[in-house]
Amino acid sequence: MRRHLWIASLALFALLLAACQPVAGPPPAAEQPEAPAPEKPVIGLALSTLNNPFFVDLRDGAQEAAEALGVELIVVDAQDDPAAQAASIEDLIQRGVDALILNPTDSDAIVPSVEAANQAGIPVFTVDRAANGGEIVSHIASDNVAGGRMAAEFLCDALGGQGKVVELEGIPGTSAARDRGQGFNEYMGENCPGVEIVARQTANFNRAEGLTVFENILQAQPEIDGVFAHNDEMVLGAIQAAEAAGRADEIVFVGFDAIDDAVQAVREGKLAATVAQQPREMGRLAVETAVKSLQGEEVPEYIPVPLALVTAETVK
Amino acid sequence: MSQATAVPGTSWNFRDYLQRFGILISFVLLCIALSLLSDRFLTVSNGVNVLRQITVNGIIAVGMTYVILIGDIDLSVGSVLALTSVVTADLLQKGVPVPAALGLGIGLGMALGAVNGWITVRFQVPSFITTLGMLTAARGMALTYTQGRPITGLPDGFRFLGRGEPLGIPMPILLAALVFAAAWVMLRRTRHGEYLYAMGNNPVAARLVGIHTGRYRVLVFTLSGGLSALAGLILTARLDSAQPTAGVAFELDAIAAVVLGGTRFTGGVGGLGGTLLGALIIGVLDNGINLLNISPLYEQIVKGAVIALALLIHRRAE
Repeated sequence: MRRHLWIASLALFALLLAACQPVAGPPPAAEQPEAPAPEKPVIGLALSTLNNPFFVDLRDGAQEAAEALGVELIVVDAQDDPAAQAASIEDLIQRGVDALILNPTDSDAIVPSVEAANQAGIPVFTVDRAANGGEIVSHIASDNVAGGRMAAEFLCDALGGQGKVVELEGIPGTSAARDRGQGFNEYMGENCPGVEIVARQTANFNRAEGLTVFENILQAQPEIDGVFAHNDEMVLGAIQAAEAAGRADEIVFVGFDAIDDAVQAVREGKLAATVAQQPREMGRLAVETAVKSLQGEEVPEYIPVPLALVTAETVK
Repeated sequence: MSQATAVPGTSWNFRDYLQRFGILISFVLLCIALSLLSDRFLTVSNGVNVLRQITVNGIIAVGMTYVILIGDIDLSVGSVLALTSVVTADLLQKGVPVPAALGLGIGLGMALGAVNGWITVRFQVPSFITTLGMLTAARGMALTYTQGRPITGLPDGFRFLGRGEPLGIPMPILLAALVFAAAWVMLRRTRHGEYLYAMGNNPVAARLVGIHTGRYRVLVFTLSGGLSALAGLILTARLDSAQPTAGVAFELDAIAAVVLGGTRFTGGVGGLGGTLLGALIIGVLDNGINLLNISPLYEQIVKGAVIALALLIHRRAE
């Protein structure tokens, strides 16, 4: 018993050590050939994680923009650890970067870092996730309202402007559910009078609830021509419900987020379309906005990043 | 109370009957109301639909009924469901034959339940704490095991569990019916069931008359873990996907079904008939909200009000 305890505590200790490992400094991305032009502005980009393809794409977009605009970009990766992120931002401030682009691991935990940068007189921009305090020059993130409109436009065209549509909503009160629903319904109301929304129910962004809620709606509605779900999880559950009921072929399904399972479903022809964020574009816009601001241009507080539709034609 | 440990006395059965009667009234009233509000409610296909939907919560609630009857609680059911689902799905995708994968999945659930029971008994920790720990740990393991990604695309033999219809009866309903029947027989027709009631009523007296209370507690948690795993496999088969985030807050639905069904929270009183009705009320309510297309913003108010009303009628009948 005691021996086991020893082994267990040793293992725990090892785990703690591993977890506390100092985060690697600026990765090789921060190549700095001794600058020929002495006044080349330096921008720090602090990412939440590079262990997710989304943020790798974001970094690549930022780097391309930096090269095109002739600025130096220093990228630091927090590996989803707020403490590591705070430390690396501190390093960037000490280094005297001209602007900071932050992608917070946590919208609250980032606030002290933002305030520290504010005090040092460094303009701060946020990308993808916002900060809940401090002074932010501009926030660059996906435009969920535009995404909702995009889904509506696709569905309206796919149905030939006629039909009965079900909207599966996200968790009530979340900004994603609100914005995606707003864009979808605005477009349908303005441009697609032939489409009737016969049911609007929440499945809480959850696949299992997407299944059961859509099973119930299938009971209630003898005719359904299209479904728009505020995320892919719900639409994938709904597809299972429709398949089991033998009605999947009559219905055009549209999701949101372009998660791997959904892109696969688009490939298999089960899902007609899903709205994808464009992280590369997001990174590019973040750097461009920071540079504009450094050149003294007025930039808007919020810069919406356009979304893209993933359909059978765009995936091969 | 002392003779109550030997045989569930007639006074119990009478009270139990009244309790079940009360919840039955609530259920019938709810069904009448929904039939009047929607012509789509009272159809055979919707009846089958609701039954199929309550199988997951129903099966978990069977285990939860046992756990609550002996005066314990199992908060870990949703996390155990998630972990066993992703492990089973992974085994299936690696080519393990369906029966073996099912056995391993349910076995894992039982093992996790046994750990709950063993820690609770051996170290005399309240089961609320033990299973709260398991809730967090098993969820973490499910997320780590999958790196947060769902496992999608499972063999047809496994999907039969969710979509198959032997003799025209959907598999999930068949399995849930078997689970309820077997659990009912054990609880009402064997001495093991009597021991469980006795333990919930008065654990000290139960021990004094020679019941191995510790062993039975571990057994009950093992059962709860195994049933959570079975429920998870049905859900996975229905979705064609195992998700590390599945089953969040499932313990609340299961506890609601049990308590709505008249099982006393402190143990010793109640049964599976009530739990079945409790699960049915929750299922019919969810179904009705969707059929009537009630706005998601009002949905939770409606749900809360109906459940409170059902409990009120139920307590009146008592």
